[in-house]
Amino acid sequence: MSHDNLPVKNPDLGHSVADPGIEEHIERFTDVNEGAGNRAYRAILLMLAAVPVLAIAFVVIYFAVPRNAYIDFGWLKASAMNVGLGVTAGLAVLLIGIAVIQWARVLMGDEESVEYRHSAASSEEDRKVAAQLFADGVEQSAVKRRPLILGALGGALGITLVPAVVLLADMGPHPTRRVREETIEKTLWANQVRLVNDENWIELRPEHLEVGQLVNAQPASLQELHGMEAHQEKAKAAIIVVRMDPNSITIPPSRADWQVSGILAYSKICTHVGCPISLWERQTHHLLCPCHQSTFDLGNSGVVVFGPAGRALPQLPISVDDEGYLIATSDFPVPVGPSYFERDSRNDFKDGDQ
Amino acid sequence: MAKPTSVVDTSPSVEAHEAPATKPKSQPGALTWADERVGVNKIGRFGLRKVFPDHWSFLLGEIALYSFIILLLTGIFLTIWFKPSMAEIHYDGSYQLMKGMPISEAFASTLEISFDVRGGLLVRQIHHWAALLFVASATVHMLRVFFTGAFRKPREINWLIGVGLLSMSLMAGFTGYSLPDDLLSGTGLRFVDGLIRSIPLIGTWAEFFVFGGEFPGNLIISRLYMAHILLIPGLLLGLISAHLALVVYHKHTQYPGPGRTENNVVGYPLFPVYMAKAGGFFFVVFGFLVLMGGLFQINPVWTYGPYDPAKVTAGSQPDWYMGFVEGALRLIPPFWESHWGGTTWAWAVFVPGVGLMGLLFTSLALWPFIERWLTGDDREHHLLDRPRNAPTRTALGVAGMTAYGLMWLGGSNDIIATRFSLSLNAITIFLRIAVFVGPIIAFIITKRLALALQRQDRERALHGSEDGVIVRDVQGGYSEAHVPVSHDEQFLLTQHLQHRPLEAGGDTDADGLPRKGGVSKLRSRLSRWYLGHEIAKPTAAEIEDAHHHGDHDAPALEDSPKH
Repeated sequence: MSHDNLPVKNPDLGHSVADPGIEEHIERFTDVNEGAGNRAYRAILLMLAAVPVLAIAFVVIYFAVPRNAYIDFGWLKASAMNVGLGVTAGLAVLLIGIAVIQWARVLMGDEESVEYRHSAASSEEDRKVAAQLFADGVEQSAVKRRPLILGALGGALGITLVPAVVLLADMGPHPTRRVREETIEKTLWANQVRLVNDENWIELRPEHLEVGQLVNAQPASLQELHGMEAHQEKAKAAIIVVRMDPNSITIPPSRADWQVSGILAYSKICTHVGCPISLWERQTHHLLCPCHQSTFDLGNSGVVVFGPAGRALPQLPISVDDEGYLIATSDFPVPVGPSYFERDSRNDFKDGDQ
Repeated sequence: MAKPTSVVDTSPSVEAHEAPATKPKSQPGALTWADERVGVNKIGRFGLRKVFPDHWSFLLGEIALYSFIILLLTGIFLTIWFKPSMAEIHYDGSYQLMKGMPISEAFASTLEISFDVRGGLLVRQIHHWAALLFVASATVHMLRVFFTGAFRKPREINWLIGVGLLSMSLMAGFTGYSLPDDLLSGTGLRFVDGLIRSIPLIGTWAEFFVFGGEFPGNLIISRLYMAHILLIPGLLLGLISAHLALVVYHKHTQYPGPGRTENNVVGYPLFPVYMAKAGGFFFVVFGFLVLMGGLFQINPVWTYGPYDPAKVTAGSQPDWYMGFVEGALRLIPPFWESHWGGTTWAWAVFVPGVGLMGLLFTSLALWPFIERWLTGDDREHHLLDRPRNAPTRTALGVAGMTAYGLMWLGGSNDIIATRFSLSLNAITIFLRIAVFVGPIIAFIITKRLALALQRQDRERALHGSEDGVIVRDVQGGYSEAHVPVSHDEQFLLTQHLQHRPLEAGGDTDADGLPRKGGVSKLRSRLSRWYLGHEIAKPTAAEIEDAHHHGDHDAPALEDSPKH
């Protein structure tokens, strides 16, 4: 190969010590001592010979070990099938690798070779020839005499992007104001909807809750929904119901009738990115989100006291119906869950609001 | 055979040549067959003895490549059983604790792979470990390329491909993490929903388009499945091919040393040494991952349970590679939100979530061009930098790693708090400050260390190393003589090219008119900041000088009288 296209014209530039050239090759022990060479050879053969044994063991374990058998390590138990298959297959594959690398390390010749590099840049001649070829092509295409064809082609190709993009317009419903009001800005809560425990669907009564207690709840009407609808509604309507000593909390006058003798209901969906919150500090009335540690003061209309959340937790106005069950008196007054661009956040509670 | 009646010397040969009927018998028939169709001998002549340099740090990218191959192999196995559907069914598999529960088909089939398909759990766990290793090795490989300056001319395009690969690998990981539809993966999706929503102007539209309506809907798993098994692996495969093709085309960089120049590559030939080493290493990586899959549990989804939008576990953590975003999100102080008119701008989510990832990948992508602007360096580089010889770059890299690491710690502030009995709030407040102060401290320390190493290199090249014999002379003083280092080491310590900072000026010509291509004052100041503090390497004259006076130059130890 020619050496006229080296990447750097003067590689010794700036050297204060002359390049001594590649180190002298030093023979390995396995090169000079036949016994050592043979031992290395046998070790490699032994490793490769172990592979079929492990492969057979793998097949035996696959067919013979019951799926529910486990190995008791004392401090932990592990599936016998998983450990058996993993260890046999893993060792087999590992041994192949080690054997081949060992072969390369100790038995193959280890003299270093040198190869010359070539600059990626083309030679002056290549540049001239390529430019000429391109000019010939342009000439042949007749585009010089009829230049409009290029613009027309570009425009035609460009405009086909529009149908391609429009094809994706049905990926989801369009969140116009009307759609938003029916979806992310609306929950199952409404006047007279009863609060039920989210595990056993028992309808909550004030006497079920003692001071300091927190209950995860949801609307009774959720029971009629299944599958996707149930998930979508639950992701918005989940609430936590807490009972606090009315004397130890602050209830602004505008929310005086949103609670039943210290029983308050808040959205369970964090205003940060929407994790369900329920780590409850009984003494401080703080509610901590386990995802990003936003902390809300439920004794003060759910304002943020720590963490990245930007807004107070929406409170659900509740009351008691004629039969003594806890009910909502309306939907949440503001949309629940994480912020989005079109959300009107002027009505959210801010610390100090009355 | 018809021949033209006359052939002039200058005319091209029009004689029809037929391939000889019998080839020399030196090659087996199959090879001849292939050669006559695709010219394998030509390829072999070019490639068989191609030289690759050897160094452990070159294996990092190999680990990433092999993890990707293992991901493809194990992933194909998993698709045989996995059902990417959010349709609700009643679980009827062999995991007793979930019998009869309404769960999605995606979750049920994940349980089936884990409990009912023999070897299914093994392959699932190998797949998950391989995914973690894939992103990890790609990240560390990128750090190696950064710190050794392997991204410099002519490899900038390959660096950009690498940045694309790294960002794509995060997406590959995240989309896979979300597929089993367990409680943890659903929590991750909820977070992504909040993240998408926070984008100003188009957030709600993007959310509705991605999820097919309101969160969670019933489409997201099948859409993520398409992205995870077709779109992203396809892009990864294409980019990896381009990445490797460019490595072959440019030839691999090499570390400096005797006989290594910008114009050559010293190492072992592809066939057989490199083939055996690299091929064997694939089996080593594979073997380790299989052992991990067999011995170390990962993502036991059955203990998390099916996704329920009203449930979450304390201690929820993303896979490691999303930890820095998670941490950045956790460290934001309250009320980072603007309410202008009827609109909400959720900076607290958008800035650390979308913004941070954008910042990371943009600054990575721009770095080779920024450095070139700072140094004005237009040479090709095939010899790697020793990190100490690019002190400011090294310091910037460590500062970046520090910021990343602190954010990453922030992503597990709750685990740190419970494991070490510390205050969660105190950790968070500390990290809020530390993510800004820590990188500055790291920068200063790293730069000082690099310069100290440069100074030490200079000393070693000039005066050699202490000979280890402390001599007490008649006056009672102690001294230690120096022995010169080998010629090889002296060369290694001094071979690097030191760039001079760009000087301002040249931006006006002799008549005071602005000239194109000059160096602005700002650029020259930044260039001085970037290059200006390096310890000058010894010149040939200095080395010669030191050599002659070597015996007398031994630095004296305590109170030793001067000669």
